[in-house]
Amino acid sequence: MTLSLPLAGGPVERPLTIAEITATAREVLETAVPPVWVVGEVSGLKKYPSGHWYFTLKDAEAQLRCVMWRSDASRAQGAPEDGLQVFARGALTVNAKRGEMQFVVRELLPTAEGGFYAALFERARKNLEKDGLLDPARKRPLPPFPRAVGVVTSPEGAAWRDVVAVVGRRWPLTELVLVGARVQGEDAPADLCRALALADRLETLDVLIVGRGGGSKEDLWAFNDERVARAVAAARVPVISAVGHETDGSLTDLVADVRAATPSAAAEKAVPDRGELLRRLDALQGTLRSAAARRLALVGERLRHVATRMARSCERLVEGGDARLRDARLRMAGACERSLAARLAAMGQLAGKLDALSPLKVLERGYAVARDAAGRVLRRTSDFTPGLAFRLRVVDGEVRARTEGSS
Amino acid sequence: MSGPSLQEDLARLDAIVRALEANDLDLDRALALFEEGVERLRTARERLASAELRLRQLREAADGSVRVDDLTG
Repeated sequence: MTLSLPLAGGPVERPLTIAEITATAREVLETAVPPVWVVGEVSGLKKYPSGHWYFTLKDAEAQLRCVMWRSDASRAQGAPEDGLQVFARGALTVNAKRGEMQFVVRELLPTAEGGFYAALFERARKNLEKDGLLDPARKRPLPPFPRAVGVVTSPEGAAWRDVVAVVGRRWPLTELVLVGARVQGEDAPADLCRALALADRLETLDVLIVGRGGGSKEDLWAFNDERVARAVAAARVPVISAVGHETDGSLTDLVADVRAATPSAAAEKAVPDRGELLRRLDALQGTLRSAAARRLALVGERLRHVATRMARSCERLVEGGDARLRDARLRMAGACERSLAARLAAMGQLAGKLDALSPLKVLERGYAVARDAAGRVLRRTSDFTPGLAFRLRVVDGEVRARTEGSS
Repeated sequence: MSGPSLQEDLARLDAIVRALEANDLDLDRALALFEEGVERLRTARERLASAELRLRQLREAADGSVRVDDLTG
């Protein structure tokens, strides 16, 4: 190593200035020690209005003055707290003005045990817990049939595309509303808060998905921001948190009403499945049919019973008696018969309806459906005009028929 | 947007089935309920079949109001 020292190679001719000797020291340090990682505990961190951070890293035996310039500090995920054990990557130099050796930190990382991120996360989690925002009783159920589903995520990200694909397949009966937000980088937390507040203003929204696809822990950090978590907790409608990660939960996961592992999984939770609902309708149709069929059988039984008794009493009515009462009795008997006929017609109508759903099941029980030449179901006695040709559908086929007599 | 109507259809169908199963209705009422049930099933199926997903984007306009625009794709 060759150094361009003012005193190199000869006797001291004059005293060096302080600037000269510190410049020499600086050159020695910067040349001799390449950028390195160090490990230590953060102490006395000061953030200057200029954006630069000054702090000390120390361990049991020594301490090192550190500076982190604004450009590097702004990339860090918030300032580390005093006492936090960190890894710092940087290079040694000399601060001439202070006459100090200084470590210029370019990057800070949490140490393996606990560490920087864990410390931040835990601090925010405790704050939320203190305010009752992690209480399971706060969790709201999702609406079964949302009118509109809001999605707070990046317009360019995979999350939006995934949600569109899943909802389009399962439940195209809803409206998907994108609320674009930056999900990564320094301004992501503020932007996510803005988007969440904006979503709150759309009244038709019934549920909200907040998230992004996978990424490194640093990429997903916005979803561990306490401000974002509070905005999720404050949302007017239930929120599904969908931050793509495999193991650790994010802070938004903890405050959201429902947590999903991925945006696709969130979409599945947000809307029902069309196929499933169609199967439910099939089941309902079956139940409806059998309930009506039971009802019909019961009424049929009762009517047959009544008809038998009525026929007997009508016979007794018209037998004998004097001539003055005969007409009245005949009219009464006629009324009885018409009433009975109306009940039978109503029954026939129900049978016809059942036939529309499951012809054979009903026809098997001995019921028939009458239709005219145009295929219209003949429901009432008034439909059967004298001489009308019609067809009777019975269980194994059709029978041609014609109404007798004249009115 | 026909989700809420479907929800109504389903709730009504459940109520109709319960009423029919209770067996304490007169025949006319049972018939009316059955007809309504068949109709509700038909409309519910139609709603399910005809729907097409709508994509929209929510933005804040320059004047601070909320704007919802249609998105394509």
